[in-house]
Order: sequence, then C-alpha cells, then structure tokens
Amino acid sequence: MEIKLNLNGRAITAQADPDTLLLDFVRAQGCVSVKRGCDTANCGLCTVLLDGVPVLSCSVLAARADGHSVQTLEGLQSEAEEFVTFIADQGADQCGFCNPGFVMNTIALLRENPDPTDEEIRAYLAGNLCRCSGYDGQLRGIRAYLNSKKEQGGARDGAEK
Amino acid sequence: MLTIREYVRPQTLEEAYTLCQKKSSVVLGGMLWLRMQNSQVGTAIDLCELGLNHIEETPDDYVIGTMVSLRQLEQHPGLAALTQGAMAEAVKHIVGVQFRNLATVGGSLYGRFGFSDVLTLFLALDARVELYHAGMMSLADFIGMPRQQRDILVRVYLPRAPRRVVYLSQRNSATDFPTLTCAIARQNGQTCCVIGARPMRAMAFDDEKGLLAAGVNETSAAAFAKDLAARVPLGSNLRAGEEYRRLACEALVRRGLVQMEGC
Repeated sequence: MEIKLNLNGRAITAQADPDTLLLDFVRAQGCVSVKRGCDTANCGLCTVLLDGVPVLSCSVLAARADGHSVQTLEGLQSEAEEFVTFIADQGADQCGFCNPGFVMNTIALLRENPDPTDEEIRAYLAGNLCRCSGYDGQLRGIRAYLNSKKEQGGARDGAEK
Repeated sequence: MLTIREYVRPQTLEEAYTLCQKKSSVVLGGMLWLRMQNSQVGTAIDLCELGLNHIEETPDDYVIGTMVSLRQLEQHPGLAALTQGAMAEAVKHIVGVQFRNLATVGGSLYGRFGFSDVLTLFLALDARVELYHAGMMSLADFIGMPRQQRDILVRVYLPRAPRRVVYLSQRNSATDFPTLTCAIARQNGQTCCVIGARPMRAMAFDDEKGLLAAGVNETSAAAFAKDLAARVPLGSNLRAGEEYRRLACEALVRRGLVQMEGC
C-alpha cells in the first residue's frame, strides 16, 4: 500500500506492507536514530513525534501514520542541541544507546512543560529505560539546562533594565 | 509475530461492524497488546477516522470516545475534578507517556484484561458502554459477556454525579503491570470497592455487612478492609502469590478508605 506522510518536514510517498511498523518505515527512509530496543513497547528507544506527540514507533503501523506528520531526531537537531551537551556534561550518556529516545521525549516534555519540576521530569521520562546511568545523570543534565536558561533569562532581563 | 494482510480505515461504524464480523478481522485500539501477539490478522480495522478520539460533556455524563488515549484521560481537567485525581493516578504508572499516547480507552476495556487499571477505576465509577450492535449496557454487564461476541465499543459514559473516589495500586517495580489494583467510590453513604489484577479481571464489592454505614474512620476502614480481603477471590501468577495479594488487598483497601475520607 502507498503511504504518504510528512517526515521531518519532507513530503514522503513510499510503498509499505499493511503490517510495516513505523519504526521500520522511518529507518528505511534514512532516519536511523530511531532504534529497535525492547520491541515490546517498554523501553522508549524508538520514540518519534507523531503530529507532535511522543509515541513508540515499534507499536504504530506505518499505515496509521499515513497522512500525518512524523518527526525523528534527524529533524530536531537544533532543538536537541540546546540541552544534549548538558546531559553529556553529567556523564549521563554512557553507552549512548538510549539517548535518541531520551532526547526525543525530553523535547516533547519541554514543549509541553517548559519549566518542569524534578518530579515532573522523572514522571515524563519514566517510559525511557537506561541500563547504564541510573537516571540521575539525565535528571541533573536537564535540571542544569533549565537552570542555565533561567540564568540567561535573568541576565537578559538585567541587561534590558 | 503479528502479520496483517489488509489495513482499512472505515468511514462509518456500520462499515467497521460489517468488517469485524469476520473471524480473521481485528479492531485496532492502541495496538500495544495486539502487537505482542503471535497472530495472523486478515483485516486490521482502524477506527481513527470516526471522530471517536474526544471526551465530551453532557449534563449527566462524560462521554469518552473509544479512541481516546490514556494520556487524554490523565490530562483531562473535568475527569481530574470528578475523581479527585484518581483518573491520573490510575493511568500514570502505565509504562510511560509515549505508551499512554497510544493506548486507547476502547482497547483497555474491550480486552477485559485482568491487569487493567482502567477497568478497575471505570467499574468503580459506574461506567456504561455503548456497543454498536448490542447498544448501551453497564460496564459490569459488558465484562461478563462472552468474548466471542464480535461488536464495536463506540463510547464509554462516566456519570458526573459527585462522589468521593480514590485509586491505589501495588507494583513490583515502577511502570510494571500491577500486582493488585483498588478503586473505591463512595456516594450517598454507599461504598463500592473494586479489586483488579487479582490477577483475574476486576470485581466490584459493596459494603454488604454495613461496616461503613456509620461513616468511615480508621476503625471502620480496617474492619471493612479485613472483611473484603477475606472474601475477594484472588489467585497467583508470576508477579505475586495469592497470599501476598490478600495482604496487599487489606492494606490497599484500608489506606484507600482513610485517604478518601481524610481521616
């Protein structure tokens, strides 16, 4: 069947079987940041944004995404760049395999809630599993990024006065 | 492995109903549980174009379309107020945000899964379901229907009548399936307590002995919890044994009542 969707801002038309998963579809289109992890909808590694909402691409049919917009990390580099260095600074990306899913879901979190509490960060990222870091590094990294943004905002406000 | 021969987006419920009469057809919910199965689907029926992904309000009910996601339930301010936060509490432990953006109310209820947090809470809230062919019925009646009956769950109705509600669950680890779920609703002095993940599907219990008739306090809550834990049918599976569940049941029911009444 023919699938038409918008992938990272590009209109895509491609053939896919009725049971092709969105994960395999976007990888075939070159978006290899989207990885197959647990393959049981538990680890968050395959997270993509479907119409701006984070979903597990291992559990969505490509056919279901027909007519919709899909974003992967390849299309969100500039948005991710803002905070990934803060996560790296905390040593939170040890083997790095879970990173694309974490980054995608963090983008979704910060779009939905630009100033989350630590508890809100933990709750939003609960569906992203990491077997290296114990999660504190990611939390510290996101917190450091948010603090840095606030400091920059404060400095800018001071300069404007 | 799941294989699908044909994928269809019906434009009417009649079309969806006709398609789903074939034994090889499956109505897609969030596809999360279906995806885990080793089955060959002839026609996958996607209800995504039938406008069933909204929560509407009538004077008497919240009307929840079958394609509404668990995340929508979690974030809906009206449902949060109606349940004093129990709605979010019931779904927030289900894997993660990305999972709950996919999982649907229809899929959660139609499967009548033993582990379902949603089924547990909706039973306590006196939910009614609208099936395309069989019409309206209580959720309690629906879960007793034979699974072989092929119908389409269209909407779920939650009465807006005010009641006190609380939801608690026990899990071996965060985001895992629950080992026991407990939803309690109290309205006009009547208490309904639903226990799920027994590990069989959820069951509702009333205060048959009137242990809470004089009001809920620590003593009456403990007595009701003890009585209920002794009579609820429980079983064992890989996550917990029957004895453990019975102890957890008494603790959850007592805590739930105390939390609900703030005593």
